[in-house]
Amino acid sequence: MTEEILKVEHLNKFYDERQVLHNINFSLKKGEVLTLLGPSGSGKSTLLRTLNGLEDYKNGSIYFHEKKIDPSPKEWQILRQKIGMVFQSYDLFPNLTVIENVLLAPVKVQKRDENEVKEEAIKLLKQVGLEQYLNAYPRELSGGQKQRVAIVRALAMKPEIMLLDEITASLDPEMVRGIEEIVELLSKRDHMTMIIVTHQMNFASRIADEVLFLEDGHILEDTPGKEFFNHPQTQRAKDFLDSMDY
Amino acid sequence: MVHSGINVLFEGSNFARLMAGLWTSIWIAAISLIIGLAIGIIFGILRTLSNKFIRFILRVYLEFFRIVPTIVLLYLVYYILPRTFHVNWPATWMAVLAFSLWVAAEFSDIVRGAIESVPKSQRESGLALGLSKIQLFRYVLLPQVIKLELPATINLATRVIKTTSLLLVISIMEVINVAQQIIEANNQQYPTGVFWVYGLIFILYFVLDYPLSAWAKKLTNERK
Repeated sequence: MTEEILKVEHLNKFYDERQVLHNINFSLKKGEVLTLLGPSGSGKSTLLRTLNGLEDYKNGSIYFHEKKIDPSPKEWQILRQKIGMVFQSYDLFPNLTVIENVLLAPVKVQKRDENEVKEEAIKLLKQVGLEQYLNAYPRELSGGQKQRVAIVRALAMKPEIMLLDEITASLDPEMVRGIEEIVELLSKRDHMTMIIVTHQMNFASRIADEVLFLEDGHILEDTPGKEFFNHPQTQRAKDFLDSMDY
Repeated sequence: MVHSGINVLFEGSNFARLMAGLWTSIWIAAISLIIGLAIGIIFGILRTLSNKFIRFILRVYLEFFRIVPTIVLLYLVYYILPRTFHVNWPATWMAVLAFSLWVAAEFSDIVRGAIESVPKSQRESGLALGLSKIQLFRYVLLPQVIKLELPATINLATRVIKTTSLLLVISIMEVINVAQQIIEANNQQYPTGVFWVYGLIFILYFVLDYPLSAWAKKLTNERK
């Protein structure tokens, strides 16, 4: 039986009086790819950010390897080394070169040997075709290149889960494909456990093992990937897929 | 005998006295900047915290030093502080105190603005990598803050250097005060001496401030 790596139970989140996540329940097995779909403002990114401790939650529980997370800053700081996150806007550090961006957390946070990490980082950067940009600054890179560095930066921490928040949303269409291929390779070759927020339905249909369809902070569907795209259970999900020209 | 006004600069030890006065202005400005920037960076960081009380107190502090003219500030520290608190420091150190407090106030606002200008997503991206708040500040925010604040800090330094010309009101022998004494002492022998003395002071301040001003402008243009 595949090990359950993450479980969310009865999670509720509020912005002041407004509830933005309602009774969220799901679990994620090792190597599984969970895709969060739904219209803008449905709570997908908020849920993803909550799973990385960037948003707090009012009640409910998150379990990592069956251990309940104590939502304190200290605990989140440790957990974030296991739960990597990549953002829509890349957010590379502009004051650091590509290689410095990648080395910062493994060396300073995980206290790993710099030479060993550098060797691994160069290998990862080679895999995404950026070995010639080690000493370039983020401002010298295209959007697609920045996003590839951001993915490598998160992978350099050797996370157990990767959270990808609309990572192709800021890219030119021709760059989108390259990033999607990297993510698909991570899933198929490395069996990386991932939670992905995306508006790219074709990509989602190829990669998703499971789909959570959200609206107004509620999970309307929790369906295996293929089934969601071929036979959505709710009319709302059908309408959503139609509106996305899928 | 007709004397050329320029000779007033070289009469006796006039030129050396002017240079000594300039040095007094420079070291008061330099020490005030060092102390003021150190305090200002702490106040600036504190002003970005969520504690409303601390933010309010530091905001009042900033507004006080912004609203009160520097000349009034100098009178306050030179005449009122010693009487009220029985502090008997030399005038130069009173000037350093006044200028340091003023620089700290101004710099705290520069630091606050620079910290707040770093996009929130940079913080989140650092936290998401597991950086502690101190690591985040040290490796991500501080280098960006320094780059953002540098032009404004250089401009503040030029203002401090220029404002040292007010120190004559508390009898410090800085360059303007020395110049006044030279002009008064040589007024009859060199009627046009005032032009040459203040001309030299103009050049001295220009030489001090223009490179700083040009550097600030260059940095600002690079950021655009």
